[in-house]
Amino acid sequence: MNAPSPDQSGSPAVELSNLAFRWRGAGPWLLEIEQFTIARGERLFIRGPSGSGKSTLLNLLGGVSVPQRGSLRVLGHDLARLGGSARDRLRADHVGFIFQLHNLLPYLSMVENVVLPCRFSALRRERAQARSGGIEAEARRLLELLDLGGELFARPVTELSVGQQQRVAAARALIGSPEVIIADEPTSSLDADRRHAFLALLMAECAAQGSTLIFVSHDGALCDEFERVVDLDSLNRAAPVEGPRA
Amino acid sequence: MRSILALALRSLWNRRFTALLTLFAISLSVALLLAVERVRTDARGSFANTISGTDLIVGARAGSIQLLLYSVFRIGSPTNNISWESYREIADHRDVAWTIPIALGDSHKGFRVLGTTGDYFRHYRYARTRELTFTAGRPFEALYDAVLGAQVAEQLGYDLGEPIVVAHGAGAVSFVEHADKPFRVVGILAPTGTPVDRTVHVSLEAIEAIHLGWESGAPLQGLSLPGRDRADLTPKSITAFLVGLDSKIKTFRVQRHINDYRKEPLLAILPGVALQELWDLMAVAERALLAISGFVVLVGLTGMLTMILAGLNERRREMAILRSVGARPVHLFALLVSEAVGLALAGAATGLGLLYLGLAAVRPFVARNYGLYLDIAAPSGYEWSLLGGVVGAAFLMGLIPAWRAYRNALTDGLTVRV
Repeated sequence: MNAPSPDQSGSPAVELSNLAFRWRGAGPWLLEIEQFTIARGERLFIRGPSGSGKSTLLNLLGGVSVPQRGSLRVLGHDLARLGGSARDRLRADHVGFIFQLHNLLPYLSMVENVVLPCRFSALRRERAQARSGGIEAEARRLLELLDLGGELFARPVTELSVGQQQRVAAARALIGSPEVIIADEPTSSLDADRRHAFLALLMAECAAQGSTLIFVSHDGALCDEFERVVDLDSLNRAAPVEGPRA
Repeated sequence: MRSILALALRSLWNRRFTALLTLFAISLSVALLLAVERVRTDARGSFANTISGTDLIVGARAGSIQLLLYSVFRIGSPTNNISWESYREIADHRDVAWTIPIALGDSHKGFRVLGTTGDYFRHYRYARTRELTFTAGRPFEALYDAVLGAQVAEQLGYDLGEPIVVAHGAGAVSFVEHADKPFRVVGILAPTGTPVDRTVHVSLEAIEAIHLGWESGAPLQGLSLPGRDRADLTPKSITAFLVGLDSKIKTFRVQRHINDYRKEPLLAILPGVALQELWDLMAVAERALLAISGFVVLVGLTGMLTMILAGLNERRREMAILRSVGARPVHLFALLVSEAVGLALAGAATGLGLLYLGLAAVRPFVARNYGLYLDIAAPSGYEWSLLGGVVGAAFLMGLIPAWRAYRNALTDGLTVRV
């Protein structure tokens, strides 16, 4: 694999400078960030209501979109200078995602869902194998750590509760120890008790793997549990635009 | 890429109801296409195999296809007969090895009665080199002996010894029968897949004998001439005759000799050439049929395209999840192309299965009613290429949803709000 190697181990997890992005390279700027750095291993809460440029930021961090101006470095790799497939590889190898809802492919089993990243990244497959001897064994280990053991394995993922589904998604983001975990409103569909439980499990596992956790939410209720909290509104100098793409 | 294939299969299975309907449509259309192709080639083969080993067919001067139709296929009637003298003269030509005289005009329950000689059973060939064989009995010897084609015996339920009455004229229903001179079945031929199966064979002398006293075209009332049974039964005329030559090289010379025959206007045709001419007449219909079944396959594949395209919007989240776990747009492209190709492959395979099931089911019926022997053989090279064409077309069609998914993947990003 000619994927970007994680050689820049001294560089920060994420480094933005003079970054600006607009939809299809035209229209108003959706995101303008002068300077922003996330250290490796940091657990960061980014608070932003919808329309604050949250999805845009996530797509940029995931390497799906590219900024028109400025630089965006993930683990030292300048995404603007990488081609589309190199950015896709960087995401596959080093970034795990958890979304608010519907994270799972309904036609795969719990374990099959968890090992999906290993199907697209040789690096994560190797790391998972190194850890548990096999990717499925590693998936089971993570699922059990997240309290999803035993008879649940046999059940179709569509029969899992929302909280259980979110934990499967967390296991999938964690498998193969990616350097960066990005969680986009992962707790918004959970009730208050389960939010804290879910977050505690997620943080413990991130700490165990040394992964950087970027937690994005409009709801500040969980702020207290993070080392650093950033308001996207104050970070983003572009005027907030209401709309589905913002 | 292997995991993409596995994902494509799982994803299809998740939508198995629509996928199976689509698969069903494709396999039916593929089965139809192959069936048309199979019937087409078998019909052509069976057609070309109707008569072999005969160098020339000779009849009264008319169209060559007409001569072929009545002498070989027992379709239509001759415009004129050939005199016995002319026949004998050509049969005695030094280049002629054997001849088979044919006298038509009577029938039995809709099956043509053919008057001939024992040479018919010796020299008639079909399917390149195959000879006529008997499943029961022997060639005719006595005057009122009859030999039945396989289909005649089967359809009418006749066995050896069965008395049959020959009717005057070729129709299925005749009001004038040679009831005073019944025949007796002495032989039944093995099936050949040619018009021989639908023919009742008797001797030329018998044809002559049953028409004694019919000089006016109908039996003379109250006039029975038993004594004339032993009269001279040498025919005065025959309908046509088949000629085998000593050497094929002489074919054109003998043909010219017959066509230039002065005492009577005769026509000699080469069976192979006439068969080809006749088949060419039907080739347009045959090609049209193949084209139609080709379009049916196109309809089946369009159904598949519709299914995949319609599902694409509902599957944007599925695509976004795959993107978020590291799938590149090219993976999604491959996912959708392999869905289309996978459906087409499965459709082609089940279509092939349906074809063989269908062939096995209709084979006895088609053989009995149309004299067409459908071959249950492995697919021919051309059939494989048709199947390949179906899969290739599905691949090309799969590019359309694949391209859309690719575009969506680039614009949708990781978060789809559906």
